[in-house]
Amino acid sequence: MKLRTSHYLIIAFLAAFTYFYSKDGLVATSVLYTAIQFALPLALAAMVGVMCERTGVVNIGIEGTMLISAFTAFFAGAILKNTVQGMLVGVFTGAMMGLLLALMAVNWKMDQIIAGVILNILAAGVTSFYYRQNYSIPSTLDPIDLPVVGAWPILGPVLSFHGPITYFGIFFILGLWFALYKTSWGLRSRAVGEHPSSADTAGVSVTRLRYLNVTAAGAVGGLAGSYLALEAVGIFERGFTAGKGFTALAIMIFGRWNPLGALAAALFFGLTQAVTNQLMIDEVVEIPPQFINMLPYILTIVVLAISAGKVRPPAAEGIPYEKEKS
Amino acid sequence: MKTLLEIEGISKSFGSVIANEDISLTVKEGEILALLGENGAGKSTLVKAVFGLVRPDAGTIKINGTVMESGDTAAAIASGVGMVHQHFQLVPVMSVTENLILGDEPKRFGVVNIKQAKKEALALSEKYGLEVDPDAIIEDLPVGMAQRVEILKALRRDVKLLILDEPTAVLTPQETDELLEVLRNLAKRGVGILFITHKLREVMAVADRIAVLRGGKLMGTTTPKESSESKLAQMMVGREVVLRVEKSVAKPKEVLLSIKNLRVNDDRKLESVRDVSLEVHAGEILGIAGVEGNGQRELVEAICSMRSRLSGEVIVKGKAIPNLNPRAAHLAGVSHIPEDREKHGLVTSYSIADNLVLNRFDQAPFANGWIRSLEEVASNGEALVEKFDIRAPNASLSAGSLSGGNKQKVVVARELSQQLDVVVAAQPTRGVDVGSIEFIHNQLIAARDAGAAVLLVSAELDEILSLADRIAVISNGKIVAIFSSKEADRNTIGRLMAGLAS
Repeated sequence: MKLRTSHYLIIAFLAAFTYFYSKDGLVATSVLYTAIQFALPLALAAMVGVMCERTGVVNIGIEGTMLISAFTAFFAGAILKNTVQGMLVGVFTGAMMGLLLALMAVNWKMDQIIAGVILNILAAGVTSFYYRQNYSIPSTLDPIDLPVVGAWPILGPVLSFHGPITYFGIFFILGLWFALYKTSWGLRSRAVGEHPSSADTAGVSVTRLRYLNVTAAGAVGGLAGSYLALEAVGIFERGFTAGKGFTALAIMIFGRWNPLGALAAALFFGLTQAVTNQLMIDEVVEIPPQFINMLPYILTIVVLAISAGKVRPPAAEGIPYEKEKS
Repeated sequence: MKTLLEIEGISKSFGSVIANEDISLTVKEGEILALLGENGAGKSTLVKAVFGLVRPDAGTIKINGTVMESGDTAAAIASGVGMVHQHFQLVPVMSVTENLILGDEPKRFGVVNIKQAKKEALALSEKYGLEVDPDAIIEDLPVGMAQRVEILKALRRDVKLLILDEPTAVLTPQETDELLEVLRNLAKRGVGILFITHKLREVMAVADRIAVLRGGKLMGTTTPKESSESKLAQMMVGREVVLRVEKSVAKPKEVLLSIKNLRVNDDRKLESVRDVSLEVHAGEILGIAGVEGNGQRELVEAICSMRSRLSGEVIVKGKAIPNLNPRAAHLAGVSHIPEDREKHGLVTSYSIADNLVLNRFDQAPFANGWIRSLEEVASNGEALVEKFDIRAPNASLSAGSLSGGNKQKVVVARELSQQLDVVVAAQPTRGVDVGSIEFIHNQLIAARDAGAAVLLVSAELDEILSLADRIAVISNGKIVAIFSSKEADRNTIGRLMAGLAS
């Protein structure tokens, strides 16, 4: 599947690219640029899922984590008149959401689906109740003009001039892959997600590792929310995240709980969205925009239907760990 | 010899169940102490307390003279305690090497040095003569091999005291002998060994001292020299146990189960039952002897219609059983005591009473059309609990709360308390204590005498030899010989099982 995901990606990429490039080089690069912009929040949100589920905690509260973090990031940025400080507040909020999930799932051994729903309802309630109009942040996070890479033909304008969270996010995903498969933290985390009692009997604290990872994952979700509010759009609305946190779960599954797989899957999603956007602008296809906007969700269903039976989730996910069993 | 482990006055209860009551024991360096007891006697709880997986309610545990903090696994490991668990503590999707190093990885700046880990794994397996492939994935390994990894995992941490929780329950006789040899070698190197089992033969073969538990209490300690198998059995069960099965001569009648040219694939899509034809008569027990993994499981599942047959027929009372329809097999009169009772025999979260009607919950008198008759289910439950000596306070408790032997009795009770035509019993006494084994054996003989055709599959040759009226030897998916119980000879059968022509 990992191979197949990347095959899909390459085929979709080449098809889209040749189509647009044959029409207009500028449009082609702009489509790819926006594909990355669409993909990044999905990829980061999928990392939240990867980090949680690899240690055995199901997190369906990614949506809520992103929503409330986008909210606090935006309003903190507007009130403090400092976008960077706003981002830090967003990340902190995310971490707190993660901590709350860890408390419910690890300490209280609550049903993890219900715990996730609680996060989502909490976020939806708080963000619409305290929502105020007429606030604005001083500016979105400044894009970075990459040296050397920026001057490359074709790829330069695609890769350069993204915001700082985008670049950090990509490095984070690569780093997470390395950490998960090459470090002792990763080995232990995966063991805890697959067979927690073997980790426990080897002297690895299941509770501590789950707390750490779920909280850190929350911070990543906070970063994804901050990206939406402070780097991509620069505003906040009610229901701002529009289901991206749920799409991210599909991406995580499509990417086989592997950070690189999920990144590839997110890029694939981002690309389809960018291409359909462009098709609408060009009025190539005469489809009502509502249907075009449905596309990511329909794609989610299709992708899950294709890959669901073939992938193998971490064996212990969703099961609270009970140490004392006779 | 120095004393390694001192257990002083350990007590532990789970809810109203007393698992351990004021137990005191010691283990010295280089000594093998066998902890003997029936299922549910509290053996596992006691060793888990030593390893810090269970917090005792009272008492202290000293290792090398130092009192251990209760419930601290890491501290127990640090002071040299290693444990081989009954349910392997291995991550199934990871490699042997990864499992060995988990929790104490060779690393630099947090990055695992997998090359060095592999070298360590090889060196370790060489040092103790336990051969394993460091790159193999655990879930692909046979049980005996996975257990080696468990032992190596403990040895890697320089164990001084090695605890083994029923290590032989899942092993074939050959693997068991190998394991006992390994234990003897470890003891020679000065490792103290605490070895849980309920198999008397192993205890007599390997233990230096024997401690017997019953009902959570220590009944006493003895040595193999001062004791005998029957004395130990009596200590364990609290009454005299007949180790030899008493049975009359079989009076076989018409053929009830006939298997014709059966071919079946295993999970890896390899043909593991190759053209097997067998006939089982009413009033006889046909035993299938064989080393595990020679097609027995697939044969049983194909007879019970749980596994697809490539070709061939299964005929019960003259009627062919359709492929992949366990319900049809059941209705045709096949009772099945499955090898894996947790997976195929019970719904552990259901009550004992519900489990006792799992295969006939929708038939009278347990149901009236679409509506279940819960009173009938309950009274049937109480009656069978009584009749089959299932040790449970009442039949409305969940089946998962029972000990292994009693779980098996629930399965046996359900399958043998109906109209008996064909009984297929796969490893009916695996992981079951002596008292329950005696009981289950008697039930199978009673089924035979009531006119059922019994097909008994067991990895324990002794069980086959003592129960079966005819013995078929299976090797590599083929029936290589059939003996009557009179002409059966242990050595010949052993050679045939091993795939050697006689």
